[in-house]
Amino acid sequence: MKVVVDMNKCQDHGQCVFAAPDVFSFDDAGRLAYVPDPDDALRDEVEEAADVCPLQAIRIEG
Amino acid sequence: MTGRIVVAGGSMGGLRAAEQLRAAGWTGAVTVVGDEPHMPYNRPPLSKEVLAGRAPFASLAFTPKAAAADVEWRLGTKAVGARLDERTVTLDDGSTLSYDGLVVATGMRPRRLRCPGPLAGRHTVRTLADARGLREELTRPGVRVVVVGAGFIGCEVAATAAGLGVGEVTVVDPLPLPMAGPLGDLLGRALLRRHERRGVRFALGTGVTGFEGTDRVTGVVLGDGTVLPADVVVESVGSVANVEWLQDNGLDLTDGVLTCAQLRVGGRPDVVAVGDVARFPNARYDGVPRRVEHWSIPADTARHAAKALVAHLLGEEREPAPFAPLPTFWSDQHDFRLQSFGAPVLGLGDVRVLDGDPDGDPEGDVLVGYHHTDRLVGVVALGGRTAALDAARYRAQLLQQPALTA
Repeated sequence: MKVVVDMNKCQDHGQCVFAAPDVFSFDDAGRLAYVPDPDDALRDEVEEAADVCPLQAIRIEG
Repeated sequence: MTGRIVVAGGSMGGLRAAEQLRAAGWTGAVTVVGDEPHMPYNRPPLSKEVLAGRAPFASLAFTPKAAAADVEWRLGTKAVGARLDERTVTLDDGSTLSYDGLVVATGMRPRRLRCPGPLAGRHTVRTLADARGLREELTRPGVRVVVVGAGFIGCEVAATAAGLGVGEVTVVDPLPLPMAGPLGDLLGRALLRRHERRGVRFALGTGVTGFEGTDRVTGVVLGDGTVLPADVVVESVGSVANVEWLQDNGLDLTDGVLTCAQLRVGGRPDVVAVGDVARFPNARYDGVPRRVEHWSIPADTARHAAKALVAHLLGEEREPAPFAPLPTFWSDQHDFRLQSFGAPVLGLGDVRVLDGDPDGDPEGDVLVGYHHTDRLVGVVALGGRTAALDAARYRAQLLQQPALTA
């Protein structure tokens, strides 16, 4: 599974960090960081993160 | 697989329900009925970017998941009746749809003020058409705006209007502070100060008793007799559940539609409810059924309700764990944001500052914790874009929260 976040859209709401903390986190500067190729076992929580992104900036491929 | 699931409601809740029915393994027909002419779109920008003229409609439309590509959309029509014993839904074009499973996702509509006076010049903000109509009026030079209701929509619209450079904008509310209902007094005071510093005026502790004007509104009459001159009025005084179509089926429709912990309606395994129309118990908290109007709820409820409905239709015995979402919300106003995780409204009696100094720097970031019986049930950050970062640190604590007793 491949995760792509449109960082031009992202506004640091952090909803994805709550939904899928194994994949999304804030770095020390407060910017979103994420695992671009998470294990398929995490698909449910990544899909939830994509659904609850206020800017709909998270895309899942494959 | 044969059979059909009807989803009544074509907004985000209807879309997420259709997608989650497929994710849960339903391969039969799915028909979504929606009264707006548009495919599902994102509503939060209506009171902000759309009103400010910064977001075209194309940027609001959701991209449906590929698995939901074969869903049938019946737009521009709505459910006006249902006979749950016979598994049928009647539409306003006179047709009747039979179903094997039904998803109630008809959402809310704005509550209107019933006091006397002309209707022209008075607006609500729920649909794209509402936002477009209001924008047209707000962009007239020097326009005087009165916003009735200092909740989420009211505060956001007031902020956007101030940003557009309207002549003046005044927010009226019977409560003494903005957003005091969901956030309490501490953040209410901080919000009031920030709004006032950005040119928004407030008339608090008073309601509206009428509107002046003959053909269209020219003023708003307050409870104490004061008249606020107004060219445009925005009514943001809460919402009403769209449940009339479900009447005469023996359901509890006193505030939305009552569901069980599996989001089933009226003890019927073939009917579930999603979105803000669903009044559901949250097993994470006290189990008291409540409607929740936050943006995260349609996705959360759809995920759970679709599993419960499809499990029944496929004859599976397993019962999902009770629904226990962690609610979240945010609100962008002026150049600051409120970001909430958990259920602050359940901890309004014990509000503590976790970070920052709300009485010090009027523009500083503030993080507030809401407690029930000494346990953290919600956090709200007020400040710049990184406010969510502070709130997110409490994720584990909010999720580990043991169930409360009522």
